[in-house]
Amino acid sequence: MAGVPLRRREGFRALLWLSPWLVGFGVFFAYPLLATVYFSFFNYDLFSLKFNGLANYRYFMQDERAWLSIRNTAWLVVVMVPAQVLFALGVAQLVTKLKSGVGFFRTLFYLPSLVPVTAGTVAFVFLLNPATGPVNRILSLVGISGPDWFGDKDWSKPGLTLLAMWSVGNIMVIFLAALLDVPRHLYEAAAIDGAGAWRQFRSITLPTIRPVLMFSAVTGVIYTLQYFTQAMIASRVAAGVTDAPGTSFVPGYPEMSTLTLPQWLFQTGFRDYAMGYACVLALVLFAASMAFTLILLRQFRGFEEVAE
Amino acid sequence: MRFVPLAAAGLAVLTLAACTAGKEGGPALGSQSKPSGTAPTALPAASIELWHGFSADSEVKAFTDAIAGFNQKYPQIKVKLVKGVQDEQITQAVRGGRPPDVASSFTTDSVATWCKSGVFQDLNPVIKQDGVDLSGLPPVVNDYTQYEGKRCVMPLLTDAYGLYYNKALMKGKQPPKTLSELTKLAKELTVRNPDGTIKVAGFIPSGQYYENTAGHWGAMVGAKWTNPDGTSAIGSDPAWKTLLNWQKELVDWYGYANLDKFRKSLGDEFSGKHPFYQGKVAMGIDGEWRVAMIANEAPKLDYGTAPMPVDDAKPDLYGSGFTAGTVIGVPKGAKNPEAAWALVKYLTTDTDALVTLANAIRNVPTTKAALESPALKKDEHFQTFLDIFANPKTSTIPAHVNSVFNQEALQGFITSWEKGSVKDLDAGLKGVDKTIDAKFKLSGG
Repeated sequence: MAGVPLRRREGFRALLWLSPWLVGFGVFFAYPLLATVYFSFFNYDLFSLKFNGLANYRYFMQDERAWLSIRNTAWLVVVMVPAQVLFALGVAQLVTKLKSGVGFFRTLFYLPSLVPVTAGTVAFVFLLNPATGPVNRILSLVGISGPDWFGDKDWSKPGLTLLAMWSVGNIMVIFLAALLDVPRHLYEAAAIDGAGAWRQFRSITLPTIRPVLMFSAVTGVIYTLQYFTQAMIASRVAAGVTDAPGTSFVPGYPEMSTLTLPQWLFQTGFRDYAMGYACVLALVLFAASMAFTLILLRQFRGFEEVAE
Repeated sequence: MRFVPLAAAGLAVLTLAACTAGKEGGPALGSQSKPSGTAPTALPAASIELWHGFSADSEVKAFTDAIAGFNQKYPQIKVKLVKGVQDEQITQAVRGGRPPDVASSFTTDSVATWCKSGVFQDLNPVIKQDGVDLSGLPPVVNDYTQYEGKRCVMPLLTDAYGLYYNKALMKGKQPPKTLSELTKLAKELTVRNPDGTIKVAGFIPSGQYYENTAGHWGAMVGAKWTNPDGTSAIGSDPAWKTLLNWQKELVDWYGYANLDKFRKSLGDEFSGKHPFYQGKVAMGIDGEWRVAMIANEAPKLDYGTAPMPVDDAKPDLYGSGFTAGTVIGVPKGAKNPEAAWALVKYLTTDTDALVTLANAIRNVPTTKAALESPALKKDEHFQTFLDIFANPKTSTIPAHVNSVFNQEALQGFITSWEKGSVKDLDAGLKGVDKTIDAKFKLSGG
């Protein structure tokens, strides 16, 4: 080893230490990504590969359902994520202001996030059933004719948003911890300077909890771009279709309003066996994840500069 | 930023989880030399696995009983049954190189894909080798068990669809034979609450109601799904337009919102709360299997069965209906293909086995011998479906590589249509054609 320069030896050592990550990156990220790109140029029914050039991409341009699913997913990202974050922040803020029963309310708001996704979604659809659900019955008692929720294309996504807000406990707990970490003396100093509640929130709370806000926004967007389970279950329950042998079900009930891009990807790849085309959809999803995350990071950077 | 690659990697892994070619696990069917007419005992001892879709206890028991008959004939072959299996599981198992020896599907939707991609082995060589006579199968059954000359599955049992009517609600009226008679009777039998909501529906014309699928309905008007070249015939066959105009008129008579609210208040299709049992629906389209369900879940129900009403302009269609059934075959890579074929042959051609299964599950057997067997339980309700199955005009959805996609494309359109979201029916149906044809082209059609 005497002849090997120190720098090169250190380089080898660094690579050695990094090797588990490099192997993981290669196997679980680089290879799947490259393979996705490769298969996107083929007609691949899971058994036979036939090169078809750009046919999958051309089909994507005319696939109305794909574009519909993209619009639905974008709706959820634009409405559901902010609704979740703001609601979680509001609830956390509320819990910090409580004089007593903090433990009780913290548990109460956190509990829904412990409910299994499937059970929670099924229960929600039953609660919001227009004919037999209690929500619309209560609404009718006060003279409001409740909507058809998961049976109406205009109300299904708001219904899913309500479900997401109900199970916001995880983010709420993180916000709660962040809010409790804001130094008290900053508020006291601001109060002496005459700052009101809103000014204190805007100039002290928000900048301090910025990393947590960014974390919840970025993870929320990525999670929502992959939104699958709740939409699939809600549409199945609302449509009254069970997943039994011999049945076929197209996601998106009612009228494709709950069809998200991951559901369409799954349907295309694993139900219609058009895996080459599903790879195109996966790449679109990947590009969307990148774009949204970059935009968010840029926004938060700007926010940081303003705050400073 | 770290989340993005992680998320992307996860997604990419999910998408490509099954991107390696399926492995060959066993010899191909027919590749092992076996003289025609070999005695059962000549087959070597083996343990084979059969995946099927049945899940109800009574159905699983019936299947086990049928296998017991096989074991008497082939005591050296042990059969392990796996219940409640869906098509995707079969496909993935073949891809993963761990397929069962025998697999059965409840639907015929995947047959074309399975035949084309070789998920199931071509049975023609062994059918020929063993001299199995398939001439007794109706042409419609041939349509759904083979694709482009490859017979990769055999018909096990079949379903036939017809009209069920509640005799008490009918008040002595005869079941309708034409769509206009159905409309008239549906209106007469409908009872509304004082506020205008539906109390009893004569007939629910919504395409979202239980067995009201485009496939089942198409038989009422003799509608065609595809052209000989595999492209969609939905936009060019006027029968679909006739069907949808009939449907819309009746939906509008109820009022879509009213009908939708009523539909959503109804009990589960596969439970004792089925609205037909409860007298909330007077007439409905259903499969022959409902006869057994009614016997179990609503034995006191006074009902009748009849062929589906048909297009007024095509009265000769009356007596026919829709049929599609359970299929069974030997997946690629089966470890014991010869033993597997022996089981498939037994279950699909042995009259005792078919009759045992048909009697227990109350499905229609597919072979002529089984249909004519005196051991086959027949009653007035069930006989209707045996007759529908035997009718030469009875139709099915022909095997197509995008069968599920095509059905869903039309079904989705019907949902929009009945709601009133479609203004131009012709243009809408042409749009369905366009969707189906583009996908067909993508699939290499």
